[in-house]
Amino acid sequence: MKNILEMLEKSAYSYPEKYVFRDAEKSITYSDFLKKAKKIGCALAAADVYKSPVAIIISRSVECLTAMFGVLMGGCFYTVIDSEMPSERVKTIFDTLQPSAVLASEDCLRLVENLDYNGRIIMYNEASSFEPNDETLQNIRNDMVDTDPAYVLFTSGSTGIPKGAVLNHRSVLSYIEWYAKTFEINENTVFGSQTPFYFSMSVSDVFSTIYKGATLNIIPKTLFSFPIKLIEYLNERMINTVYWVPSALSIVAKLKVLDYLKPEFLKKVLFAGEVIPVKTLNYWQNKLPDAFFANLFGPTETTDICCYYIVDRKFSDCETIPIGNACDNCKLFILDENGAEAKTGEKGELYVGGSFLSMGYYNNQEKTAQSFVQNPLNRAYPEIVYKTGDIVKQNEKGELLYISRKDMQIKRMGYRIELGEIEAAASSADGVFSAAAVYDKNDDSIILVYEGKQKNTDEVMNVLKNRLPDYMIPQRVIRIKSMPINTNGKIDRNRLISEYKNF
Amino acid sequence: MEQIVKILEKIKPGVDYVSETDLIGDKILDSLKIVQLVGELDDEFDIEITPIDIIPENFKSVQSIYSMVKRLEEE
Repeated sequence: MKNILEMLEKSAYSYPEKYVFRDAEKSITYSDFLKKAKKIGCALAAADVYKSPVAIIISRSVECLTAMFGVLMGGCFYTVIDSEMPSERVKTIFDTLQPSAVLASEDCLRLVENLDYNGRIIMYNEASSFEPNDETLQNIRNDMVDTDPAYVLFTSGSTGIPKGAVLNHRSVLSYIEWYAKTFEINENTVFGSQTPFYFSMSVSDVFSTIYKGATLNIIPKTLFSFPIKLIEYLNERMINTVYWVPSALSIVAKLKVLDYLKPEFLKKVLFAGEVIPVKTLNYWQNKLPDAFFANLFGPTETTDICCYYIVDRKFSDCETIPIGNACDNCKLFILDENGAEAKTGEKGELYVGGSFLSMGYYNNQEKTAQSFVQNPLNRAYPEIVYKTGDIVKQNEKGELLYISRKDMQIKRMGYRIELGEIEAAASSADGVFSAAAVYDKNDDSIILVYEGKQKNTDEVMNVLKNRLPDYMIPQRVIRIKSMPINTNGKIDRNRLISEYKNF
Repeated sequence: MEQIVKILEKIKPGVDYVSETDLIGDKILDSLKIVQLVGELDDEFDIEITPIDIIPENFKSVQSIYSMVKRLEEE
């Protein structure tokens, strides 16, 4: 296969009348989906935007998915824009992406109008009823190669300017091959999709669905507010596979939702995106003892994932769940500060090579050159690898353990400290649900902030003293009633640093 | 009531909570904020809000949150 669309075409041939995608209101069959994608592809061909970026501004729905595949049909590549994102941030993405067209739905027109965008605006309703022409589409396909981009996915850069990772057809095909094989995705798989389409985790659900003739249900965001309704939805739709961020699983665990109602069909629970609290995993495993659980790990720059761990043993609250081993067809290695390969138990930065890799950052040669580098261990021929910026180590079982982001590494009193290790230690304390360690440069102190039922901060401090060397003990331990969360659903550390004095 | 408004203002400032009657439909409270709110209410009033209570009707306004808290305090 050279093009993602071949997966769709094969499944549409095998399962024409089966639902491919469903949201709360609408459901679409494989054959209808393919037809609509073709119409959008032809509308784009008529707009003469071939092989250029198209921004999709459509809320999370069957239409948004149709638009994504429509853009690919037209030989273009897409960026899905969060329709609830402030227009200023969309503008910074547009500055980098320079989309040749915007594909929008009626309900998102207000956002489009606020962007001062001068290019072509194509309305979804018109494009999806365009007269299709198979010859046009075939000519486009003949002309394409597997290294043509499929989409550009923007992640927040540390400087505030978003970086757009470019993923091509080959990366997605290689990645999905691994994903579907490893997690046995097949025509009986019914996904309950939680992640937005501008987030790399959705790539796994969406493309493995079309590859294997599965069905994907978009779970409305509001259901996570009312978790009993969430479980009812999983049951109504007979969802058997979920791939969620840990914070979504934690909502269910924190509120003890499964004590009241169980997802009857759920067999596979996959998660990625941040460190899962052991307490969350243990809660789910206790309530669904027969289900399969796996922890996936990787950056957007490796399509979605580069290593994974299938949960095969019990973890106590003081342990960390491994990120496991390299995916098949993915090369991982760990280099220490001196550029030498780290031995078992030694910390170092994780490097990734292989076909899952992104091509680099769109319109950003400088950032690309910083992170996509010649393999330092190979002097014989050109081989680009990705520096993840993640600090990991290997345990005696050969499994990788995530320690922290490289930019969360601090130096204090001459010691190199990973804030992530302090967080892991704090999370093991009784009554601590989540913990974040931050470093205040101004008074050279480490502050540990936690959320949970443990009201006595001294108890938490005692646990830290038992588990960490002196130089890693925080100067302050603060309990807050609820951890600040950023728009990606992750702990908002910047806010913790700027506001902890007021807690 | 005042305590509840205070908690809400901490979770998401800049909303006129007293006159707001559709905290969910107007997208003021999303899932993570509801979990935050439940945690804060449990703590502040020493109650346990269970998933059974976490339904839109109980969270649409300060008044409805207040009624739920009162009911749980009595139980």
